[in-house]
Amino acid sequence: MKIAVCAKEVPDTTAEKRIDPDTGRLDRESGDKMLNEFDKYAVEQAIRLKEAGAAEEVVLVSMGPAKATDSLRQGLAMGADGLLLVSDDGLAGSDYLGTARALAKALEDVGAELVLFGAESTDGRGGVMAAAVGELMQRVWVTSANTLAVEGGNATVDRQTDEGVDTVTFALPAVVSVTKAINEPRYPSLKGIMGAKKKPQEVKGAGDLGIEGAGEAGAGTKVLGIETPPPRETGVKVKDEGDGAQQILDFLIEKKIL
Amino acid sequence: MPGILVVAEHRNGKYRRVSLEVLSKARELAGPLGGSLSAVVTGSGVADAAAELGAYGAETVYVADDAALGNGLAAPHVDVIAPLIEQQSPSAVLIGATAMGKDLAAALAVRLGVGLNADATDLSADGGALMASKPIFGGQNIVQCGWSGDLALALVRPNSFPAEQSGGSASVETLPVSISERAGAVAVTASKPTDEGVISLEEASIIVSGGRGLGAPEHFAVVEALAAELGAAVGASRAAVDAGWYPHPHQVGQTGKTVSPNLYIACGISGAIQHKVGMQTSDVIIAVNKDEEAPIFGFSDFGVVGDLFEVVPQLQQLVAERKAG
Repeated sequence: MKIAVCAKEVPDTTAEKRIDPDTGRLDRESGDKMLNEFDKYAVEQAIRLKEAGAAEEVVLVSMGPAKATDSLRQGLAMGADGLLLVSDDGLAGSDYLGTARALAKALEDVGAELVLFGAESTDGRGGVMAAAVGELMQRVWVTSANTLAVEGGNATVDRQTDEGVDTVTFALPAVVSVTKAINEPRYPSLKGIMGAKKKPQEVKGAGDLGIEGAGEAGAGTKVLGIETPPPRETGVKVKDEGDGAQQILDFLIEKKIL
Repeated sequence: MPGILVVAEHRNGKYRRVSLEVLSKARELAGPLGGSLSAVVTGSGVADAAAELGAYGAETVYVADDAALGNGLAAPHVDVIAPLIEQQSPSAVLIGATAMGKDLAAALAVRLGVGLNADATDLSADGGALMASKPIFGGQNIVQCGWSGDLALALVRPNSFPAEQSGGSASVETLPVSISERAGAVAVTASKPTDEGVISLEEASIIVSGGRGLGAPEHFAVVEALAAELGAAVGASRAAVDAGWYPHPHQVGQTGKTVSPNLYIACGISGAIQHKVGMQTSDVIIAVNKDEEAPIFGFSDFGVVGDLFEVVPQLQQLVAERKAG
């Protein structure tokens, strides 16, 4: 069985971000980049399934600028076997739907029985990609997996809902998104890091994969404007002289919260 | 039917508050957008609750009540709601951004081939068209989003609007239920509900959060006690979650959840960017930290430099006394 893990390069979460005022898009050129932290849990789970003998191959699938391979290589260093990056100037400005269409085509190209996603990306924050791609591929999709076991073409998942945890079972092929509760992602070993560069890293364009309805032209949403509200003002700061709690209470009463 | 359709979520015998918030806001927008306001509720044992949405402004409530819609999975609901949207062709479909709501919206966007704007915190009617405002990077920028097609599909963040009744009444229409083989292919074999009294982070109007300053997992009891007194949800910083002190679903921040409660109380949290972007859209932020240089004081409305193990229990006591009158 082959597992595809959808992964994304995102801006460094420890740094301030900026929007390009001309395009209204995230300025992806400036600043450090990293592999989306949520995706590491999906990569880790795929590698564990491979180590347990439930899968033979783990392939990363991503869409982004050609340079994104730098960040995605971390997934290869963790233990994924190869990478397919969809990169095309014509895909810039894709919205959720366009991104899902592009990923679905790339995933068809890869042909994995199991497709894994992280819960969301730290920049887009929609948390909608797994369901969208599953729906496009006309596959069973299951979101928010706290656990994922695969045996004999069937999967069992404990999925986190807003009401609790449900155990669900289903037959593959399927698309599954995982939560941060599923595992503790490994740090790449030195050997893994050294070996990552030699692993297959394919870059394909929209035409190569027959991607349609993506990019700015295919977007169902549009940016009308961007505002930069004034930063939150620094409020009152007091040193606790034994009445700190009372002062908080007074403040909350004054703000009509209590 | 130009107009707005609100997808309402009814679980465990009641509506999710965000559904009522969205419906209340939609009532205000339906006129300027030139149409009526309807709602749809799908689930198991929801038929009797359908008419309740009239009190929040829905003129028509579509209801599908079937055991196949009661297992917590979104896919079967898509099979019922997508045909309704195609048949009624509303100009906007609004959904609360719950776990179920996100799945529904994602699948509906694909099924209907329409653009989805997620994480809206404000909605307005701009020259007869819907506009959604979406904070990015934790509110550092606000993006105004529109749609290029005829149908505007949006996910709305909880706590964006008040839920207010208008005292109307709705006509109720029953929808046919036909679930595809694919949507029915996932079987729920066991279900473990969250402990009673645990409040969901995204929907909480008050959150009390703990961080590295707590020093040890058992010290979260201090945070939990204040949260219980305030009827608040418990949050945790990345440092606390990564240390294994508190479970992942409680993490607030860039690699956790983004929250916008009316009140956020940060206890022993330094306020790194990673945390800030997950909570700085809260209405009021209170911080207690012994380090007077902690960044959290830079974006708190009221900060106390002090020992949280003294201040937080004292605050809990004061709140209790106030409640007792």
